[in-house]
Amino acid sequence: MPYGPHTVEDREKMLAAIGIGSVDELFADIPPELRASPLDLPGPEPELELATRLLDLAARNRTDLASFLGAGAYRHWSPPAVDQLLLRGEWYTAYTPYQPEVSQGTLQSIYEYGSLIAELVGLDVVSASHYDGAAATAEAALMCCRSTRRERVLVSHAVHPHYRQTLRTYLGDLELEEIPLVAEGEAAGTTDLAVLERLLADGDRPVAGVLAGQPTFYGLLEPMAEIGQLAHAAGALFVAVVEPVSLAVLEPPGAYGADIACGEGQPLGIPLQYGGPYLGLLASTDALVRQIPGRLVGLTTDLDGKRAFVMTLRAREQDIRRDKAASNICTNQALLALAASIYIATIGPHGLRDVAANGAARAAELEAALTAAGAPRLHPGPYLNEFAIRVPDASAVHRRLLGRGVLGGLVLAEHEPDDPAVRDALLVCATEVTTTAEIALFADALRHVLAEAVA
Amino acid sequence: MSVTGPRLVPTLFERSRPGRGGDKIPHPPKDALERIPARARRTAPAALPELNELEVVRHYVNLSQLNFAIDTGFYPLGSCTMKFNPKLNEWAARLPGFANLHPLAPDEVAQGTLQLLWELEGALAAISGMAAVTLQPAAGAQGELTGILMIRAYHRARGDGERDEVLVPDSSHGTNPATASMAGFRTITIRSAADGGVDLDAFRAALGPRTAAVMITNPSTLGLFESRIGELLAAVHEAGALAYMDGANLNAILGRFKPGEAGFDVMHFNVHKTFSTPHGGGGPGAGPVGVAERLAPYLPSPRVLREDDATFRLERPGERPTSIGRLRGFVGNTGVLVRAYAYIRAHGGTGLREVSDDAVLAANYLKTRLAGTFDLPYDRPCKHEFVASATSLKAHTGVRTLDIAKRLIDYGFHPPTIYFPLIVDEGMLIEPTETESLETLDDFADALIAVAAEAARDPAMVKAAPHTAPVRRLDEAGAARQPNLRWRPMAGAEMPCPD
Repeated sequence: MPYGPHTVEDREKMLAAIGIGSVDELFADIPPELRASPLDLPGPEPELELATRLLDLAARNRTDLASFLGAGAYRHWSPPAVDQLLLRGEWYTAYTPYQPEVSQGTLQSIYEYGSLIAELVGLDVVSASHYDGAAATAEAALMCCRSTRRERVLVSHAVHPHYRQTLRTYLGDLELEEIPLVAEGEAAGTTDLAVLERLLADGDRPVAGVLAGQPTFYGLLEPMAEIGQLAHAAGALFVAVVEPVSLAVLEPPGAYGADIACGEGQPLGIPLQYGGPYLGLLASTDALVRQIPGRLVGLTTDLDGKRAFVMTLRAREQDIRRDKAASNICTNQALLALAASIYIATIGPHGLRDVAANGAARAAELEAALTAAGAPRLHPGPYLNEFAIRVPDASAVHRRLLGRGVLGGLVLAEHEPDDPAVRDALLVCATEVTTTAEIALFADALRHVLAEAVA
Repeated sequence: MSVTGPRLVPTLFERSRPGRGGDKIPHPPKDALERIPARARRTAPAALPELNELEVVRHYVNLSQLNFAIDTGFYPLGSCTMKFNPKLNEWAARLPGFANLHPLAPDEVAQGTLQLLWELEGALAAISGMAAVTLQPAAGAQGELTGILMIRAYHRARGDGERDEVLVPDSSHGTNPATASMAGFRTITIRSAADGGVDLDAFRAALGPRTAAVMITNPSTLGLFESRIGELLAAVHEAGALAYMDGANLNAILGRFKPGEAGFDVMHFNVHKTFSTPHGGGGPGAGPVGVAERLAPYLPSPRVLREDDATFRLERPGERPTSIGRLRGFVGNTGVLVRAYAYIRAHGGTGLREVSDDAVLAANYLKTRLAGTFDLPYDRPCKHEFVASATSLKAHTGVRTLDIAKRLIDYGFHPPTIYFPLIVDEGMLIEPTETESLETLDDFADALIAVAAEAARDPAMVKAAPHTAPVRRLDEAGAARQPNLRWRPMAGAEMPCPD
């Protein structure tokens, strides 16, 4: 066994102390008819061979492409300080801070994380982390149902499709309806407020919560204040699904009346790593503090009156309340919340604003280059750093771009097969790490691919 | 923890000075945000701290030193399996090919990761005896929800939708009833038998046409193998219900018991327990779920598929309409799964069986050493963990389990899990794992025996423990009465950092 400490003598000493001859005797309580068949797995692999295997597997992924793919997970520069600090064993080999006297590091870091995110979203209560943006959004919807005692949730069709699918799974027998998008004109691709108003007007089916994204899955900016006003006028809560880097420059949810903010924290210094571990952000107003799921850390004192931190309001949690808990969440994404905190602390408020603004600038450059190459934007409205472009036969074009070393965003029709509005479209993004050379490569490749298609 | 102890540190906000901090990325063009309508823009900048990198590094290094961790000491936290987290696995997850792969990258550029995930599914199926595995759930509790939702879908697909009850023993993890509630079921709690195992008669009496599922942890949260599990599973299936196994305690039975072979229909794995992925101060984990053949149609999407030409791909949206859908975005906690894969490969089949053998041996050894000092309410061979109780000690000295736990901190050990499972009075759930040396096990036993002697000699001292930790016991009631959940400059001024 590669990591076991016991010598033959150690094992014999333990067996003798217990008073048995063989470890098999400790498994005698497994009924013979239920004992396992042999484990059908390869033999153990020495570290050097295993390292080679892992290197080979990693090399079989292609991460050398000029990538314009975002769609909910984004490339950013993460200062090396972030990962080097995460690699301290005191952080990553600790467990949940159930014993606060020997967990002040983790506890203070969670309190600071909550404080940092509270500043970004403009809300007061931040849960210690959820699995990812989609799961946090589902928890936000369940919070709405619990606190309003209503059973109907409205979600904008412009919220990430994975989040909408996750909502459907989590809401179970509760009602989930999608708010369609404006089809044409200046507001095309954003939430249709007139339809929202009609959906909210159904007095027999009162709405618990209205969910909208800022920016949307298509990168567009929504009229969040108006959506919030409509929700509140109908007695529903308003949930903003946000991207945290954008909040350095966009109005925070607390300022436009959101009761809950949720979203994906991955852009805060966390690597892409094929989907996780990421960071589910979940924040709410003070009024909802007893409905928010997940751990909360508060300031307190010790017996000597020294300032210290401790998990608090634990009566919401599964280990105390069992079937009456606010959620079943136990293990969360604590290390990723720590990563996000270190990222924010290292990059600073001005740095975070620069990340967002650079993304916007690069995206404008990208838009100009792609338009010139023959792929104009699909929607006319303002965006931050991600937008859809109109490309005939998008799936084939995307594949041929790949052959030219370009990951040309997302083929929207593959994720929204039933939505004719995005049939011929790619969703592309730029961030501060996107280079002018990459943009030129993309535009050039697109020009060639589109010309080949015509020819 | 040394006697002097590390110092408490000011918050990031207290360290902040306007104008401090270095440029990490270039300044954007001045007009970068001009396209953004004014109504969508932030008017007041976020009041985030301004620090230079050295201060950030010191802050987090100093904070880290206030933590107990596996890398600093013995962490016998029952039900959590705090085993060594191999360093190779951290290295592997950070390989650029794994770390920089976008989750929506086309299958053809993600073949390495897809192959790894597919092989890991196969390994977990082999370990559990289950027919198929999903790697999507992010943690054990999400795995439970996945499993219970699949059970719900199964019953409904058969027109058996009246089943609205889930049975759990009273020794179960809190996540089990919380999961049942989340999935819309009513939880019925069944008392354990006197020997700590499931009470077959009580289960039989509760099972019926309303029962959707029974959730069992095996070995149980008392660290005991459920030797009546065969009869229980037969009764569950006879009633038309399905059996869920909470795999939190899988570390005890690798190569010895396969839940799928025994008749469980679904189970979750906690890779952050059994397969050594780090706990990270509370997460991340990953909670893959294995199912019997009849539940496979309901597995979350997307699944990882292997094509005839030995390439791999993800299921397309809508490809398998019977699926319960998604539990989260993208594919799963892939970075965690890379670590679990490396762990399983490093051990192989023979190594994994040795893991459980040594974990069980260590637990029984510790139990033997503590006999006579503490009560052992279930004094028969345990699996990877066992419950000791301070009931007698408390009767003689007034010292409670909580006090013993806090005193262990002064001896340099993390306390065991205490007051869980709920059915044991003054319980301590002790799980040594297979990666702790005999010397460490002996030191820990000696410390517990010494604390028991101290309790008799100087109970007030034990009740005031810990004495050498960075802080003493905390005012938890005060924290809940007037919650202060975020930093505000005023609160800091009223309560400055003491060191």
